[in-house]
Amino acid sequence: MTRRKPIATGSDWNFETLTEFEREIARLADEYRLDTYPNQIEIITTEQMMDAYASVGMPVGYHHWSFGKQFLAVEQAYRRGQMGLAYELVINSDPCIAYLMEENTLMMQVLVMAHACYGHNSFFKGNYLFRTWTDATSIIDYLVFARKYIAECEQRHGVTAVEQLLDACHALQNYGVDRYKRPSPISAAEESRRQKEREEYLQAQVNTLWRTIPTPSSHELLTSDADEEDPLGLHAGGRYPAEPQENLLYFIEKNAPLLAPWQREVVRIVRKLAQYFYPQRQTQVMNEGWATFWHYTLMNRLYDEGLVDEGLILEFLQSHTAVVNQPAFDSPWYNGINPYALGFAIFTDLKRLCENPTEEDREWFPDTAGSDWRETFEFAMRNFKDESFIQQFLSPKVIRDLKLFMVVDDDQEEMLEVAAIHNERGYHRVREALSTQYALSVREPNIQIYSANIRGDRSLTLRHVQDSRRPLARSVYPVIRHLHQLWGFPVHLESVEDDEVVRRYQWPLPDEARQA
Amino acid sequence: MSYFIDRRANAKHKSAVNRQRFLDRYRTHIKRSVEEAVNRRSITDMERGEKVSIPSRDISEPVFQHGPGGKRSIVTPGNKEFSEGDRLRRPGGGSGAGGAGEGGASDQGEGMDEFAFTLSREEFLDFVFDGLELPNLERKALVDLDEVRPVRAGVSRDGVPARINIVRSMREAYARRIAMRAPIRRALREAREALEAEERKDPVLRNPSRISELKEEIERLEKRLESVPYIDTYDLRYNNLINQPQPSSKAVMFCVMDVSGSMTQAHKDIAKRFFLLLYLFLERNYEKVELVFVRHHTAAKEVDEEEFFYSRETGGTIVSSALSLVDDIVTKRYPPGQWNLYVAQASDGDNWDDDSVTCRDLLIKKLMPRLQYFTYVEITPHAHQALWEEYEGVAAEFPERFAMRQIVEAGDIYPVFRELFKRRITGN
Repeated sequence: MTRRKPIATGSDWNFETLTEFEREIARLADEYRLDTYPNQIEIITTEQMMDAYASVGMPVGYHHWSFGKQFLAVEQAYRRGQMGLAYELVINSDPCIAYLMEENTLMMQVLVMAHACYGHNSFFKGNYLFRTWTDATSIIDYLVFARKYIAECEQRHGVTAVEQLLDACHALQNYGVDRYKRPSPISAAEESRRQKEREEYLQAQVNTLWRTIPTPSSHELLTSDADEEDPLGLHAGGRYPAEPQENLLYFIEKNAPLLAPWQREVVRIVRKLAQYFYPQRQTQVMNEGWATFWHYTLMNRLYDEGLVDEGLILEFLQSHTAVVNQPAFDSPWYNGINPYALGFAIFTDLKRLCENPTEEDREWFPDTAGSDWRETFEFAMRNFKDESFIQQFLSPKVIRDLKLFMVVDDDQEEMLEVAAIHNERGYHRVREALSTQYALSVREPNIQIYSANIRGDRSLTLRHVQDSRRPLARSVYPVIRHLHQLWGFPVHLESVEDDEVVRRYQWPLPDEARQA
Repeated sequence: MSYFIDRRANAKHKSAVNRQRFLDRYRTHIKRSVEEAVNRRSITDMERGEKVSIPSRDISEPVFQHGPGGKRSIVTPGNKEFSEGDRLRRPGGGSGAGGAGEGGASDQGEGMDEFAFTLSREEFLDFVFDGLELPNLERKALVDLDEVRPVRAGVSRDGVPARINIVRSMREAYARRIAMRAPIRRALREAREALEAEERKDPVLRNPSRISELKEEIERLEKRLESVPYIDTYDLRYNNLINQPQPSSKAVMFCVMDVSGSMTQAHKDIAKRFFLLLYLFLERNYEKVELVFVRHHTAAKEVDEEEFFYSRETGGTIVSSALSLVDDIVTKRYPPGQWNLYVAQASDGDNWDDDSVTCRDLLIKKLMPRLQYFTYVEITPHAHQALWEEYEGVAAEFPERFAMRQIVEAGDIYPVFRELFKRRITGN
């Protein structure tokens, strides 16, 4: 048995003890081969933490009322004691910035370091989505650029004009992402230089697109297999854009006829930031599960080596238990599936089935069961997102432990139906359904730009590909109103199911609706 | 590799701008809440923030979302008794099932109906006084000001030792030393060179008297060089202070109230709120606000706050007694050159018959010329009496500085107060 020589006791901390703990955690993390960015650990006050929360953790952000609203909400929740401000602030940047709050106890500081500085940090550095979509080295620079640019716009064009533009962009920011292309890395200086060029070039391009009344070339006229409606072939140029566009903000930035160059740049800024947050929206379970697994492992190692005392580890266990608690669906505290709980359960079970596989595990995970757990973890962390991670690694044991069950809600049926529970017949279906529940493509309505009527009234048509008859919420109207502000001409939205338009929305509203 | 940075000393309130933008954007909503709060709360209570709620739909940030309906499957934890194929009633009726099953998918879906937050005390009062302007707030004109404040005004050659400007003095000394030593040094150098030249000569050609002359000269110069003082009284510089006339930042508010038998406690409560509003308002505009409470029936008396509001008196009413007491106090304790004077009077409108004319004369001739502002509120549902009519004459004489309104019940106070101090857009 190791003799306990704790680095510090009690709940007070100071920089020496933090440094020493950090060094020990780093040593252990290295033993587990966790690959991380360098850590920049900042000690901040409660107010600063609330500030940081309000700006989604970005150390620099442009000004907008919605962040103020966020701040007030955080402040209110914190004052009422509904919310602890401790765990979760770490920024995907290089160096990786994590915040420690001044008033936390020593245990909390150590826990946050293990969780954020080694858990999340290694996830940011390793996971393929983050590697593809974000550039940790340039994000801070870009934020600085964005803040400066928007502040300049406010001075030049007035706060209200910029605010309205940002409102419109924020409404569409979830649709400001290229899902399949990798964005190129950029820095602030580079961005400033390129921004000027882009302004000129972009405007020129838009001008070409909207140039004049299109003049069909003469031979086209002669060879026309003209249809009756359009003898001159004026509409023969095909649909624009030729393919539906999923990145609405990109399309607006490049094609909206009336936006001024600075407005296009603001659209671009919102789009770039949305892209930066895109991986986080898709890896919540994995990311939290990973970080929680590692803080649990590292804290226990610290205890095993006698570096923390019993008081600290008990305090830790209490806090950890609260974090991974999953209330049942009928509990008054139920608020959806707790990503910490689910992620931690999957990773913990993954380790178990690598080290002590059962018959069931060998059947379900023939390749994984009994493999080297550390290598399997690395593979899982690097190559998956929530959707595929659950599909791949959610084991029957975790389904049983959490007593997951699947309910089908069909508005054509009077009753809900329990479609699958945690039994032999149900495992696959539950896993499938849970995975789908985390798929971004299912969570968010699939809406794309279908056509821009560049030869006629310049109206823009979007298509919503409806899934299982699930309609759009009523927020659709304010959103297309925002879209209309950006586009400058009428906006139509069609909900399509099985190639049939089932519902149409438009902005501005047709006259009779307005009178009604 | 890791490093720690202590950011605690950095600016907090990084969100202040965003917070302010939010408040500006929802100004009308917030103002409505604030006005309700002012009417509801006891005014002694004004010194704290206020919880404000705004309907969530008014401040939502819309995004494309799935609405209720269609077919979907939901996975939830905590199954206890269900088996496959069980059918359940929809919880909460209709499509409410969504709330339970959203999982991490949407945290906006089941938002509260009200977005609640707390205004700080400062913000709250800003909203209370939004659009209000203190009458004649242009601080008392500089001409008739007795109040002065010493301000720094460069450096001077004389002053008291306590105000020596060390840096400037040392710099002067240094400059003087350079200036005074330079010619001596030059002469010294020349003498030394001459001496050296003399000594290098062939012994036969040396001039001994010249050498001793030069040696004496060098000695003399060295002494002179040493005698240049390191610092001289001539070098000393002092921080200069001059007295600058100051706009007065002090105000005194006279609360004048009728406590005769006809004033009930309800009347007094209304009056109290009015006084307190005015007090808060002044407090935000002046560094120092003093309160003087004058109550009267047939005779006037200066009292403390407790007695002013809560002791009961009976008898008739002579308003002029209070006005002349105010005039006395002003003369004795608050010279108008140093104080901004405000009078707020509350009464139910009763007065001894002949006295109203006296009041009017007193006001026009003596009091009004010295006051910043005079407000009169009449707390009565009944028709006006002589006092009101006479006061109308005063108001006609001093339209900028005299205001009067009628209040019927507590809810009227705030609107009346706002109206009295409405920001004058025209006029100045």
